Amino acid sequence: MIETIRASFVIARRDFAAIIFSKSFFFFLLGPLFPLIIGIAAGGLGQQVRQDIDRPVIGVALEEGEATKLASARTALAKSLGNGGLPELLVLENVDPSDPKIREKLDTASKPLTAIISGSLEAPLLTGSEGDVKRWSGRVALLSETALSGSNPIEVKNDFVAATGSSKKRTQIATAQGGQIILILLTMILAGMVLSNLVEEKTNKIIEILAAAIPMDAIFLGKLFAMLGMALVGITVWSTLGFIGASVILSGMPNLPAPAVGWPLFCVLMVLYFSMAYLLLGSLFLGIGAMATTVREVQTLSMPVTMGQLLVFFLAAFTVTKLGEPVEWFAVVFPFSSPFAMIARAAQMENIWQHGVALIWQAMFTLIIIRFSVMLFRRNVMKSGNSGRKKSLLARIRG
Amino acid sequence: MTSHAQVNTPANAPLNAIEAHHIVKRFDGETAVDGIDLTIKKGSIFGILGPNGAGKTTTLRMLLGIIDPDEGERFLLGSPDPITKAHQVGYLPEERGLYQSMKAYDAIAFMGALRGLPLAEGRKRGRQMMEEHGLGDAANKQIRQLSKGMAQTVQLLGTIVHEPDLIILDEPFSGLDALNQGKLERLIRGQADKGVTVIFSTHVIAHAERLCEEIAIVANGKIPFTGKVSTARDRLRPQVHLETRNLDGSWRSAIPDDCEPLGHNWHFTLPESGVEPLLRALIEGDAGIQSLSIERPGLHDAFVHIAGEAVAKKMEEDNALEGEAV
Repeated sequence: MIETIRASFVIARRDFAAIIFSKSFFFFLLGPLFPLIIGIAAGGLGQQVRQDIDRPVIGVALEEGEATKLASARTALAKSLGNGGLPELLVLENVDPSDPKIREKLDTASKPLTAIISGSLEAPLLTGSEGDVKRWSGRVALLSETALSGSNPIEVKNDFVAATGSSKKRTQIATAQGGQIILILLTMILAGMVLSNLVEEKTNKIIEILAAAIPMDAIFLGKLFAMLGMALVGITVWSTLGFIGASVILSGMPNLPAPAVGWPLFCVLMVLYFSMAYLLLGSLFLGIGAMATTVREVQTLSMPVTMGQLLVFFLAAFTVTKLGEPVEWFAVVFPFSSPFAMIARAAQMENIWQHGVALIWQAMFTLIIIRFSVMLFRRNVMKSGNSGRKKSLLARIRG
Repeated sequence: MTSHAQVNTPANAPLNAIEAHHIVKRFDGETAVDGIDLTIKKGSIFGILGPNGAGKTTTLRMLLGIIDPDEGERFLLGSPDPITKAHQVGYLPEERGLYQSMKAYDAIAFMGALRGLPLAEGRKRGRQMMEEHGLGDAANKQIRQLSKGMAQTVQLLGTIVHEPDLIILDEPFSGLDALNQGKLERLIRGQADKGVTVIFSTHVIAHAERLCEEIAIVANGKIPFTGKVSTARDRLRPQVHLETRNLDGSWRSAIPDDCEPLGHNWHFTLPESGVEPLLRALIEGDAGIQSLSIERPGLHDAFVHIAGEAVAKKMEEDNALEGEAV
C-alpha cells in the first residue's frame, strides 16, 4: 500500500509538472472566460431579439370613448405591472367594432398586429392566432375591467423581513441547483480530459516501463490525482479572480442565499464533492480511455461519455426538490450521481454526518473502479506484439 | 556507485534470479507461451534466443509481472509477486519510449524514481552517467531533441540508474548501429562484472554467443533447450573438412559410408571414436592428407539443430529485415 502511494506520487508529480509548466495550461486557465464572454454576448443579443419579437401590438376596434378608456386603463396598469407586462395598443381608425371582416385588418394596419379587440368593453372579442389569443386574453380582460370600473390600481406598501420559511426554501433550492451546475460544469471539463490521459504513455511506449516498475493501480491513481491537482489549481485561480472581481465590481460580495450547512462548510463540501465527482467519473473515463490506442478512438468515446455525464446530472437535478423520496435516495446512493445529490442536500439539510458517509462511499467506489479498470487494462492491453492492438476498441473493453 | 560484487548475500536470499515452472499464456485462444520452465542463476549473463513471435517478450513480461500467466508460477528474485521486487530490477522493453518533453537527465531520474531512487539522487546520477557515456552535452536537452541512438542510451541508463541486482533487456541490440551495439555489449559485461544478473532476449545469435554463459532457445512458445552455450554446441559433433591426394585405400573405412568426395574434398561429421583413430587410419592407410580441419559447431548450427531449420530461417529473416531498417 505504501509503495502504491509512493509510486502514485511519482506519477502524479511528473504529470502535474508536465501540465502546469506547459503553455496549454495558460489556455486552460483562460477556458472559463470563453463561455462567460459568449454567454454575456449571446444573452444580451437574445434579450434584444426577444424584446423586439415579444413586443405585441394589439389593435383596438372599439367605440371612440371605450378606446380612450382602454388606453387610460393601460397607462394606469403599467404603473404596477410594468410596461413590458402589457401589450401596446393601437387604435384602428374608421373600423366598425362589429365588422364581421375584422380579421382582415390584422395584416392591413400600419403596424403588424398580434390581435384585435373588437365588440365592446363589456363583451370584448379578441381576434388573432390561437396561441396569441390564449396568451393575451387574460390581460385584455384585465384592461377591460379596469377601463370599465375606471378605478386606479391600489398601491401596495412594502415591509421587508430577512427571510420567510417559503423564501428560505426557495433560495436553498436555488443554491442547490447552482452548486450542482458548477459541479457538473467543472467535472465535464476535467473528467473528459482524463479520457486521453494514457494515450501519451501508449503512443510514446512508456506504459511498459511504468507497468514493469510500479503497480498499475499506482499509475491510474497518480494520473487521476495529477489531473485533480491541476483542476484544484484552476479552481483556486478562478475563484480568487471571481472573488476579487465581485469585490471590485460589486463593492463586496453579493448577499447570496445561505445554504443549510452555512457558507464555509458548503464551500468545503463543494471542493470535496467536486473532487469525488471528478475521481469517480475520471477513474471510469481513465479506464475506458486506457483501452483506446489512438486519439481518434478517444474522440469517438468523448460523445457517449459526455452524454453519460449529462444523464447523471439530470438525475441529480431532478431530485433537488424531492428530498427523502426514493428517487432522491437512488441519486444519493448511485455513486456517479451521489456527489451532485449530496451537494443539493448540503444546501437544504443541516445534517452533517451524512456527508462523511457519502464521501467514504464515493471514495470506496472510486477504488473499485480503478481496480476494475486496472484488471481490464492488464488483461486486454498489455499484450505482446500486435495482439493487443489489432482488436476493435469494443472488443478490447469486452476482453 | 556501490559495487554489487562486494554486496554480501544474505543466507536466506534466493540463489536463482528467475524461476518459472510450466508457465502458459494464451491470447484470444492462441497459445503464446506453452508451458515454459526456466531457471536463471544469479550473477550470470543469460540470453533468450528465438525469432520474433516465438514468445520471448510475453515470457519476459510474465517474469516481470506486467502480465500474469494463465497457468504455472514464476518467481523473480524469489518472489511470486514480481512487482514487489521492482526496486531491484531494471527493465528495458523492446518498444523504447520516453516522455518527449523531459530533459535527458530528468528522464533518467524519473525512471530511477519509479523504482524507488530519490529524485534528487537520480538527477545527480543521471548527469554523472551521461558524462561517463559521452553524452554530457545532451543532459539538459529534451528527449525530442536527441538522436534515436542517444535517446536509446538515455533509456538504457535509466534502466540501471538505481543500481539493480537484475537487469532484463528485451531485444536491446534492436535498432542500434554496430558502434552502439559494441558499446552496449561492453555495458552488459561491465554490469555482469559487478555481479549483476543480466538477461536479454535477442534474435541475433552472435550477440548471445559472444556474451552469454547460458541461453534458452525459444521457439513456438516452448523452450526446447536451456543451458550453457557450450552444452548447446556439444549437441552437435564436430565437422571434419579433409582434402586427400588419394581417393581410395584402407583409410576409407574410417570415413562414414555415406560420405561422397567433392573432387578430393571430404566433409563429414567426426565419428564417435574421436580424432585419434581417424588420424591414425588416414596416415597408416596413406590417404595423402593435403589439409585437415576439425571444426566445433557454432551456436548457429546448434540452434538450427535444436529449434529446427524453419525457426532458424525465420530468425535470419528477422535479422535481415532489422539490418535493412538500421
